[in-house]
Parts: sequence; structure tokens; C-alpha cells
Amino acid sequence: MFESLSEKVQLAIRRLTGKGRLGEADVSEALREIRVALLEADVNYKVVKEFAARVRDRAVGREVMGSLSPARQVARIVHEEMSAIMGGADQRLVLSPRPPSVIMLVGLEGSGKTTTAGKLGIYLKKQGRRVILVAADVYRPAAGEQLKVVGGQAGLPVYAGAAGEDPVTTVRNAVLRAAREMGEVLIVDTAGRLHVDEPMMVELEEIKKVANPCEILLVADAMTGQEAVNVASAFNARLGLTGVVLTKLDGDARGGAALSIRAATGVPVKFVGTGERLDGLEAFHPERMASRILGMGDVLTLVERAEEAFDAEKSKEIERKVRKAEFGLDDFLEQLRGVRKMGPLDQVLAMIPGLARQAKKVQDAGCDERELARIEAIINSMTKAERASPSLIDASRKRRIAAGSGTTVQDVNRLLKQFEQVKLMVRQIQAFEKGRGGAKQFRGPLGPLGRM
Amino acid sequence: MSRLRAGLARTRQTLATHVQGAVSPGRTADEAFERIEEGLIACDVGVRAAGEIVAELRRRARASGVRDSGEMVRMLRSIVREILQPVEGRLALPDGVAVILVVGVNGVGKTTTVAKLAHRLQARGRSVILAACDTFRAAAVEQLEILGRRVGVETIRHRQGGDPAAVAYDAVRACAARGLDTVIVDTAGRLHTRANLMEELKKVRRVVTRAVERPPDEVLLVLDATTGQNALQQAGVFKESVGVTGIVLTKLDGTSKGGVIIPIAREIGIPIKFVGVGEDVEDLRDFSAAEFADALL
Repeated sequence: MFESLSEKVQLAIRRLTGKGRLGEADVSEALREIRVALLEADVNYKVVKEFAARVRDRAVGREVMGSLSPARQVARIVHEEMSAIMGGADQRLVLSPRPPSVIMLVGLEGSGKTTTAGKLGIYLKKQGRRVILVAADVYRPAAGEQLKVVGGQAGLPVYAGAAGEDPVTTVRNAVLRAAREMGEVLIVDTAGRLHVDEPMMVELEEIKKVANPCEILLVADAMTGQEAVNVASAFNARLGLTGVVLTKLDGDARGGAALSIRAATGVPVKFVGTGERLDGLEAFHPERMASRILGMGDVLTLVERAEEAFDAEKSKEIERKVRKAEFGLDDFLEQLRGVRKMGPLDQVLAMIPGLARQAKKVQDAGCDERELARIEAIINSMTKAERASPSLIDASRKRRIAAGSGTTVQDVNRLLKQFEQVKLMVRQIQAFEKGRGGAKQFRGPLGPLGRM
Repeated sequence: MSRLRAGLARTRQTLATHVQGAVSPGRTADEAFERIEEGLIACDVGVRAAGEIVAELRRRARASGVRDSGEMVRMLRSIVREILQPVEGRLALPDGVAVILVVGVNGVGKTTTVAKLAHRLQARGRSVILAACDTFRAAAVEQLEILGRRVGVETIRHRQGGDPAAVAYDAVRACAARGLDTVIVDTAGRLHTRANLMEELKKVRRVVTRAVERPPDEVLLVLDATTGQNALQQAGVFKESVGVTGIVLTKLDGTSKGGVIIPIAREIGIPIKFVGVGEDVEDLRDFSAAEFADALL
């Protein structure tokens, strides 16, 4: 549904194509669709209203610039405005110059504070910090236990108070101990609470008083609806938040909460959490989030991951081969392996503009790691000559390859067909790029996939 | 009811404010309806449902010539009630051994709901055993055990990282062996977009189906009332994957509105069976369309 909406937005914007000047009616029409898309993405309705007004002001009456189509121009204004609302530049964590630095995690129940504590711990540990997790949730059954397990997985010490101890005392003792034992960063996992629960909010204020934290991060579920703004405002008013961690962003939530919270409270989003594995925490990039909400994909993250996964030299070689039509099955396999290194296929595809839908199909078809393993087996069962020029592969060779890889002739056929399609697609994209005359485009190490 | 009302009080103010402020002498009808639509959107009702509800309100107001704000609120309330009445559902358990599967995304309150449900069913004369099938999240099993002890029911568990389907199977066997009649299966939270985790859940369902020779009697999807439009996706995918028979809407004691059940009722039509209105084990109530509509407005 979201995908079709973002398509609607893009369609609305595209309808502006061919106009010389952006008229009020054109812009209004496009904005109506954008407004719907934003609301469906759970962006707060007040924020949507203000946002639409600002885009209209900037867009109406503007002359269409030579090279840019009106559609692209509106899209750019929308994107710029949205990035601006989300905080413009990336926001970093600020640690205290005098250790120990205390980071307090607060939020509603079930927003993912304990998991985030572990993730943030690993994130800082990777930067060479000595991190201690502090269990300050004495209410939820087994919450301290959970943090201990998480700490064990992350290889981080966990400080928990005695049974029945109140969390303020626990935190005070943890800070004293950290100072003694040269701990650098304390991550305090507080209990989930409603922002309207007075005694619980008072508890947080007291923890803040004894901990003197340099960061108070609100952990917020990316799937939160219109209430996100009220929750963030309430926590901010009581505690003075320094940032937001947006969790569960690996689902299909558009994350309108991020946009709303930043716009309504001015508190920047600093991290996003994806997945339950403890390495699933990334610095937040406002611009990329703007793209996600608009359904424009997340090419930048893709490029980053690709750069990690691919060897630049090899990529150049593959580009050369593609150009000279020497691209063989070996190279195809190489590319697939690289893509695999970048993460689950559906996540990777979701980052490519216009492919979010395909990502869902991939997921539905279960075409995941197992499918890749099968492709690998088939290619490995071919001779060198066959891999270099697949046209050699006749019926008898297909039977041999199928037997060798434990697959069927149909599987082999399907792979060969896919390979031909990829080759064709690569050629089309090259032609397209040439046509656009050197538009700044991701000419990444990814070879064929990178240019989709 | 009073708790639900207290929880929804803020919502009520917003919506009431919207409707009352909307219908004032200095405003045109169009402006008034636009503001009412905004009020509905602010309750997570969603753009489409809000638009259609307002269109219906407009039609009725025109037909009866109503322009008074109090009357308008009553009309709006009855439209919401009419949408929700068809999905008002009750738990349907057989007399013999019954199995209830509890599913949902992470952090919506599944484990708490399982304990509340166990308490409620025990109070109504059923004998309950719990299956700790969240073998993934750290200390989830311990959490369920502690909550289970509080309400006086046994929890069947394996080690962390074990096969959830095997735990469910053992719990069904234990239920029969101890002469009990109800198994409540607590599953791990999973985002509906993770195909492999949804497969795992289907397997739990299959294993239960084989063990009792019929599908689970109830598959309850727990939805967090704080969730926005994504709840629609959750409901759609979980329904398709594991045949959800009912929804439990949790965390209604906050300021959250839970308005997203309106588009869910219209578009997906899963019966809503319970609402969670607090942290106490007593705080699981039957869902009532009329109460919900009243509390919302």
C-alpha cells in the first residue's frame, strides 16, 4: 500500500512535466497527493500542513529551470524541505570530556530500549570506548535478566542493583563505581513508561539528577502513529531530550514518526535501529530518511554498503567486461556474492529507488539466501569454458550441470535466462546513461546492480 | 469503561474540540468538515477512512439538516459504531482442550496479554498452561514464567534458542497429561516483513494443528494502540500467514487512540476481541464497539 502511494506521489509530480512555469493548480494537485502519502506514513497532521504550505510557497510561480523538468523541480523542493525538517546535517552523539559519560535511554513500553542499550553499547565499543550497561528497569519482570543476556552477547559488563533497590539508587551507585573503575560510558536502560504517568516521570527526573547525563535519548518505535509527537514533547519537556533513536525501521514502516518528532520538538534523530541483531544500529541521515518516506529508495546507504562489500579494482574490471560484452557467469556469481555481503537481498533491493516493490516480491517468493546458494551450486558445476560463454551449454550439458549441482534442468534454464536478462538490462542502463549525458549518477563498484 | 474513558480522555478532548471548534457560526460547512477530518486523522484513523467517515457525516448532516455540534458528535459516534459493530468478537473456545496462539510484532505486549488472558480464563473456570515459545528474545521465557506464577499457571519452557514449535508441542502434550484444558502459546515478536520468521510462526501453527488434530482455536494478533497506519500491514500479513481469528488492542490506557482499528475493521475485517487498558492482570476487557466509539468521541 505504501509503495503504491509513493508511486502516486511520483505520478503526481510527473504530471507536472511539460509545463513551462509551475502554476498554483499544478502544485496544489501534486501537494494533495504528497499530503496523503505523508499522512499514510504517519507524519503528524500538523507537521504535514505546515510542510505543504512551505513547499507551495517555494514552488508556485517558480520558473522552470532549463535542465530540470518541473516534476523533478517540485520533487527536489519536497526532498530539500523534508531533509531540512529532519535536521539538515547529521547529528552525532556528544560524550562528556570528563568520563564517565552517562547516556540515558527513555521511552514508552515496548519501544526497544533494552535492545537499543546493547546495540549502542556495541557501537561505542567498536569506537574503542569502555562501556557499562546499567539496569534501571525494576518493574518489568526479567528486564534486568534481559539486559544481562544482551550484555553477555555484546561482551559488555552489566551493572544491576540489589533486588528491591530503587532505580535512582542503582544509577547513583553505578556512576560512583564507574568513576572508580575507569568506565568511560554508562548506558542506563530505564523502565518503559507512559509520558503521562506522573510518578514514573518524576523517577526519571531523579535519575537524571544523580546521573548528570550528557545524552538523554528517546527510544521511539518507527511504527508509532500520530501520538509520537505528544510522547516526544512530554519527555522533552520533563527531561530535555538530546536525541531520538528510531527503532524497528527494518519493517515496512515509513517512519513518519521521525519527521514529526524532529519537526515538533526540534530534537534530532541520532540513530536508527534495524533488526534484532546487536549490530543493527546506524547513524541517522536526514536526507536518506526523506527519500525513504517519499519512497525514493536509499541509494546512499546502498552505496556505502556496496563500497564495504566490493573491491574497487574488481568492479572496474567488471565494468570493462560488461562494456566489451565479456561478462560471463563467473562475473555474475562474483556480483551475487558481493550483493550477499551487503545484507539480506530484500533489504538491499528496498534501498534502490523504484525497487521497493520488487523487494517485497523477493521476500514473498522466499527468493533469499537459499536461492542464491542454488545459483552458486549450478554455476560451480559448470566448466570454465561454459561459464565464460554460456551459449555452449546444450541439453546434454544442462543435464550434467543439473545432476552435478543437485538441481533440475529447469533450474539451470531459469538461471541462464536470468543471466541473459541481467546482461540485457545492463546494456539498456548503459544506453540510458549515455542518453542523459553524464548526469551525476552512482557509478558504483556494483556493476550492473548499481545502475538500476 | 471508566478506565478506557480515562485513557481516551485526551483523545476525546481532541476530537470533541475538533468537532465543537469546527462547527461554529463563523465557519463554512466545508471548513468544519475539514477540521473534523483532521481530528480523525489525529486519532490514527487514516486518511482514507477519515475521508469516508466525513463524507458519510456530511451526507447525514445534509439529509437531516443538522448543524449543531452536539448532534454532529452523536452522528459521528454512530458512524464509528456502525463500522466497528460487525467486528465486535468474543473468544470461541471448545469445551475440551483448546489452544490459543498469541502473535504480533515486537514490543506490543504479547507476554503481558498472555498472562492477563490466562488470569481471565482461569477465573472463568478453565485450567490454563502456558507455552514459552519466544525462545529468541533474551529473558523472554523468564518474563513469562514470572507472570505465569503471578496468575498461578504453569509455563512449559525449553532452553533459549530452542525450536518454538517443539515447545508448543510439549505444552499441548503437558496440557493433556495434567488434565488441563487450555494452552496459551506466547510467541516471539516478529516484524511481519521478515519472511523467515513468519515461516517459523506457520510451523508453530502446523505443529499445534497436528498435535490437536485441528487448527488452533484462536490466533490472537496483539496490536499496540500507539501504532499508526503500519498496523494495517501487520493485520494483513499476519492474517494471511497464520489465519488470525481476533485482535487484542493493547496500551489503550495511554494517550494513544487506537483509531487504526477503524480502517482495519473496514478493510480487513478481523474481529476485535479484547482491549488492554492497564498493567494489572484484570485490565483485559471485552471489546465493545459502542464503548469504543463513545470513548473515542
